[in-house]
Amino acid sequence: MLTEYAFWFLSFVAFFSAAFMIITKNPVYSVLSLILTFFSIAGHYFLLNAQFLAAVHIIVYAGAIMVLFLYVIMMLNLNTLEEEKKSTWMKALSVVAGGILLFVLLGIVRRTDELTVIAAANGADCGLVENLGKALYRDFLIPFELASVLFLGAMVGAVYLSKKELV
Amino acid sequence: MELLPNITINHYLLVSVALFSLGILGILLRRNAIIMFMCVELMLNAVNLMLVAFSKMWGQTDAQVFVFFIMVVAAAEVAVGLAILMMLYRNMNTTSTDVLDKLKW
Repeated sequence: MLTEYAFWFLSFVAFFSAAFMIITKNPVYSVLSLILTFFSIAGHYFLLNAQFLAAVHIIVYAGAIMVLFLYVIMMLNLNTLEEEKKSTWMKALSVVAGGILLFVLLGIVRRTDELTVIAAANGADCGLVENLGKALYRDFLIPFELASVLFLGAMVGAVYLSKKELV
Repeated sequence: MELLPNITINHYLLVSVALFSLGILGILLRRNAIIMFMCVELMLNAVNLMLVAFSKMWGQTDAQVFVFFIMVVAAAEVAVGLAILMMLYRNMNTTSTDVLDKLKW
């Protein structure tokens, strides 16, 4: 019962802070409300018993990625910048297009009720560190190592791009 | 469906679809490249939530490993993307996509 309330609470927090991220004019407020969204998604992971992913999500997203965004926005001093206004009919058109996409996706979701019949009470602890570590280092070892190569490439690329004058 | 009592997979699909649509809407509405980038992150997270819900439903670990790799790729993408935006701001003195339209046609 308590977890049910927690689900609805986290969902509403995620939705409304994501909406606030879009509508607010100040980029710093955008970043902070997106951090709130990420924390509520991490709460969803806890509810789904994916504890490793919840911890990694908080560390990587709230701890690294959003701090990077905040740092860039503050360094570029973007919160004083005036964003160009879109015309009103352009905004209305955007909202209509997004709403149509939402209705198409909702139509797809509505047709998935036969999936809920499958009762999967097994594997209740598949999100724990032990099981996930076994899968990661046994079945997915090569992608895991390739990810480190990807990180190295991203790091070299970021350093090269931010140099003062490109050689 | 014993995700949580009374919470089925459809509830999670609903939340995920709503967040994904908000991400699309943000990309359509905003002109600031950094905000659009953040909306892409929001869409990635909506899909991650859906994957974790399905992983719980089937009792399989694989989807959570996929979510882990999506996080890895997102981190690398943010590092390179923000470096590109920094370079753009240094050279063009803006991050608005109204000005950065050299690749438009």
